[in-house]
Amino acid sequence: MTTLHAGTAPAELLRPVEAERAFRDPFEPSKRSRATAWVALFALLAAFPIVFSNPAVTSIGVFTMMFLVAAIGWNIFSGYSGYVSIGHAVYYGFGQYAVALLIEHWHVTPGASELAIIPLGGIVAAAVAVPVGLILLRVRKHTFIVLTIAAMFIFQLLAFNFAGFTGGSAGTNVVSPPWTGTVFNLPFYYIGLGAAILALLVSWGIRRSKYGLGLLAIRDDEDRAKGLGIRVTRAKLIAYVASAFFVGIAGGLYATFVGAVYPQFAFDPTYDLAIAVMVFVGGLGTLPGPVLGALVLAPIQQYFYIQFGASTLYLIIYGILFIVILLTLPAGVVPSISDRYRSWMASRQRRREEATPTVGGAMPVTVPAGPVGIDDGGAR
Amino acid sequence: MNLLEVDEVTKAYGGIQALAGCSMTFEEGKINGLIGPNGSGKTTLFNVMTGYERADSGSVHVAGTDVTAASPDQVFSLGVGRTFQLTRIFPRLTVVENLHVASQRDGGWMSEFSRWSSPSEKVRSKEVLDFVGLTRLAAEKAGNLSYGQQKLLEFACIMIARPKAMLLDEPAGGVNPSLLLHLGGRIKALNEEEGTTFVIVEHDMEFVMGLCDKVSVMHQGRCLCAGEPETVRSDPAVLEAYLGTDMREVAR
Repeated sequence: MTTLHAGTAPAELLRPVEAERAFRDPFEPSKRSRATAWVALFALLAAFPIVFSNPAVTSIGVFTMMFLVAAIGWNIFSGYSGYVSIGHAVYYGFGQYAVALLIEHWHVTPGASELAIIPLGGIVAAAVAVPVGLILLRVRKHTFIVLTIAAMFIFQLLAFNFAGFTGGSAGTNVVSPPWTGTVFNLPFYYIGLGAAILALLVSWGIRRSKYGLGLLAIRDDEDRAKGLGIRVTRAKLIAYVASAFFVGIAGGLYATFVGAVYPQFAFDPTYDLAIAVMVFVGGLGTLPGPVLGALVLAPIQQYFYIQFGASTLYLIIYGILFIVILLTLPAGVVPSISDRYRSWMASRQRRREEATPTVGGAMPVTVPAGPVGIDDGGAR
Repeated sequence: MNLLEVDEVTKAYGGIQALAGCSMTFEEGKINGLIGPNGSGKTTLFNVMTGYERADSGSVHVAGTDVTAASPDQVFSLGVGRTFQLTRIFPRLTVVENLHVASQRDGGWMSEFSRWSSPSEKVRSKEVLDFVGLTRLAAEKAGNLSYGQQKLLEFACIMIARPKAMLLDEPAGGVNPSLLLHLGGRIKALNEEEGTTFVIVEHDMEFVMGLCDKVSVMHQGRCLCAGEPETVRSDPAVLEAYLGTDMREVAR
């Protein structure tokens, strides 16, 4: 029987390999194939505006990138920790206003130097997220959702009423860079793509770290996580600030690209819903979920907006789409597909093992020879 | 030496006095049983000891450190882990991920951003999974496990952090006899090999009396008596308050 005190030195040397083998998920795609898929996806995204150079199309591309950055960022907090925030437009708004007002006050010359201000949108949003997060994160789940919405409307009201600073309902304008129509969209597109890659790397790093595992534990059972040594308030705040940063970047991108910032579009409740829907559809709390959700839904949303923008019909169509996906794939596309893939692979393997009843099949796990009596007679 | 000391602790919920000046000590390296009728304050005592509830008055010490006002994560970092009466695992994480939530969080804040699945961590979790016998379920979602397996997993989740003391709240509840035997064996082995102190709340008398070095009996928020299983079993006050006359037959 295995004991805690490991045996001899050679056995020690073998153990990492042994542990590795025992824990390998037999149905998970290999590291290499996953990395290849990501690189291929981003290569396609990088080539997109070159292949489809029509400004009307690349403009949809820029908006898609904004949603992509925001969705990946939003998922870092709401996806991993399970605290659904419907108030991240606060940071979208702060990103927009910070960039627009800094460009105005610093008299930045229209052009590339304006784009250099975009990261400051993220930094300002992150700085605002610290005190706001400390207040909002005192409450849990449903109360938290309500409070995030309330916070967003408070900031919207402030933006309307501090007219001397924000321009009020007249908004704040940013002088657009003096580039011609055919290339105008490209810098914005690639900044968005770069920010999305950065957000994805951060999200990936968090997902594989002990810190990220702590966030997922908070999502499943916060009190239990606390009892296992996780400092939950700090963990939630870090994720909250990180996600605010990326939403702020998306806001900064919007301000420089569109050139006008209004309170009702900066602190926009439908923006939050759009982000949440994208992540839910793709797969909440997964790495590829928000990417899939944003890349599929953002262009659809933009297309509907352009087609039926005068009415709010596009929101209705969008809502119907959301309901259909919720009914058919409630866990989101990525988790549902991966679950189905797993059970399909497992049943295929069982069939194969039944057909060839030899010892040592493809299963890398071995039945432990140790303690018996674990099978508790189907008490599930 | 006493690893855990509870001194004159009181705790009230509305009109219910869950703990009424409860004093108790749990010796290091021993398997301690904690028994008593429903509502006698056993789980409340656990909650107060592990920082989930704040005592109204009195004090709690872990190895000489005052933890009366500590939070659950602070108590855990002092080496006291607990399980819950209703098993609590992280259902959407896999078995291995569940284990790593608690493992090695003492290397400074930067270490939090290192991989949770590093080779050395995997070796440790393999050891622990072999120990409780859940290795073949390593990649499975914890929520898919049966109740008994979840109990073992919850046990393993705490064990992986090598705590000084493990507080188990009804480990035998809803567990079949063979699995219970296995769990009892694991507790014994851990106690002997690592010197882990146990405090076990349990209603299964056979399990408690067979496993524990010392048994404390709670009644109406107080410690009624404490001592060797044999002594406790024949104490008239205990028989009256908790075990009832049936137990005389078990005792015989």
